[in-house]
Amino acid sequence: MAKVLMKGNEAIGEAAIRAGCKNYFAYPITPQSEVAEYLAKRMPEVDGVFLQGESEVAVGYMIFGAAACGERVMTTSSSPGVSLMSEAISYIAGARCPAVFVNIMRGGPGLGGILPSQADYFQATKGGGHGDYRLLVMAPEGVQEAVDMTMKAFDLAEKYRGPVMIMGDGLIGQMMEPVEFPEDFTPTPMNNDDWATSGMATRGTDKRNLVKSLFLDPKQLNDHNLLLKAGYDRMRQEEVRYEGYNTDAEYKLLIVSYGTMSRVCKTAIDTMKEEGLEIGMVRPQTLFPFPEQAIHDAAAKESCSHVVSIELSMGQMVEDVDRCVKGQRPVTWYGECGGDIPTPEEIIDHVKSLLKN
Amino acid sequence: MGKTFSKPEALTDAHTHYCPGCTHGIVHRLVAEVIDELGIRENTVGIAPVGCAVMAYNYFDCDFQEAAHGRAPAMATGIKRVRPDLMAFTYQGDGDLASIGMGEIVHAANRGEKFTTIFINNAIYGMTGGQMAPTTMPGQRATTAPAGRDVEATGMPIRMCELLSTLATPGYISRQTVLKPKYVNKAKKAIKKAFEYQKENRCYSFVEIVSTCPTNWGMTPLDSLKWAEDTLLPYYPLGEFKTPEE
Repeated sequence: MAKVLMKGNEAIGEAAIRAGCKNYFAYPITPQSEVAEYLAKRMPEVDGVFLQGESEVAVGYMIFGAAACGERVMTTSSSPGVSLMSEAISYIAGARCPAVFVNIMRGGPGLGGILPSQADYFQATKGGGHGDYRLLVMAPEGVQEAVDMTMKAFDLAEKYRGPVMIMGDGLIGQMMEPVEFPEDFTPTPMNNDDWATSGMATRGTDKRNLVKSLFLDPKQLNDHNLLLKAGYDRMRQEEVRYEGYNTDAEYKLLIVSYGTMSRVCKTAIDTMKEEGLEIGMVRPQTLFPFPEQAIHDAAAKESCSHVVSIELSMGQMVEDVDRCVKGQRPVTWYGECGGDIPTPEEIIDHVKSLLKN
Repeated sequence: MGKTFSKPEALTDAHTHYCPGCTHGIVHRLVAEVIDELGIRENTVGIAPVGCAVMAYNYFDCDFQEAAHGRAPAMATGIKRVRPDLMAFTYQGDGDLASIGMGEIVHAANRGEKFTTIFINNAIYGMTGGQMAPTTMPGQRATTAPAGRDVEATGMPIRMCELLSTLATPGYISRQTVLKPKYVNKAKKAIKKAFEYQKENRCYSFVEIVSTCPTNWGMTPLDSLKWAEDTLLPYYPLGEFKTPEE
């Protein structure tokens, strides 16, 4: 298929349909409302479901009810809305239902702002809702990757029977870029007869299915959490995705950055390379599971004297980077969290000042 | 003589955890009988609330989902939108539905979602131990209203049927009780109507059942029935508040 020019939010909506998701529930919030506006038009064309819920709280449970029936389902929101959905995300994780959540992040805390941000890193990767659960979190760097990740997200949600999140910042939702939708994409068929509440008649059985997260017996609950943990451990083995940028060079410093911020870092790295200064970058494409080994090994390179985590937050991912580097090199944070994005020049200045000290 | 009485197919063999004198058991049975009579058990998904009926899925023998507190109507919405061929019902108490879940129930009813709600109103929080509910009567004692409900501070009890009846969207809204055998048959008729409206894809349907809670009211089961009839029924009048034919 030829490339088309699309806004990130609309491309995510189209990607969901192409991945076989015919069910979408959402509540409007800037800067992601275009997904809902796009799918309000598009879903009826494919005999799909579009429903604007009364709140993000309710939408979270519409997703839960639909996912528990074994149907592909997605919602999109932005930071304050994702906070409200986090209760449902915990229940969905506890009840082991596949569902796709998209967070087009804006600044916080509180109402914050409506400009791009990456300040929900902790919320997405460390919990957000209550209890011992993890989200498989993918972070696209642009519109094409947002499409690719959205299409893959449904298969992954079903593989692990849990919620998967796409973390884009506001810029990825709002900017237009050329994208290509794969023509040969076939969703992996899901066999959910052993758990989904799809109706006994649908399954041709007299055995009913229960979708629940309540386990009052301590041993049962512990066993259930061990089962969830086994899934998260398998993600750590099988789903880690990252990009190494200029990591073959003898770089003096290693950047760790993701999403829109990493695109700016790439420009800065290219400029410094022209000047003869080698800088490497590891760009996590999955925030959970985190590319722990890749960052550890990249920091260990003999030429590398420093690691800096560059984020649109006040220093969240840097805690994971520090954990992975394990004291081999100094690890620091650089970034902004008001809605402005550091320029390549600012990044270059900061990198040079780190190397001077 | 042949068998004249048996357990509905839509109920499991499990013993319930409900307290002696609690009316949940009667209502469970009525819902199960209706499911049997309409022949819908194999196409039905129930949604359990948070509260005393949280483990309703142990007693109904059909597919079941368990909701978070108050969110059952949103889950039923999700089910019916993606699988309109299935039958869905929520079974909710007064804390779940009229307090924390007020937003979800009003909007589901207003969208005219094609599912059925069974609303158990016993004017108190049962599972958490007798705290004040939005439906607790003025002066009625609760663990969080030890001197009795002070309506100056907490307002008057919310009447859900009256409130939902104000919505312009067509629906079936009925209040019944199971305090005496004569009421039980009427309650079953209303529950059956509610499921039939759903089966015909007509409208949202809601049946409130004025119920008892001897344990948290601190009364014997018999005194509870009398207190409910004397105190609750005058404030929560029985009858059909709205039908889709109107």
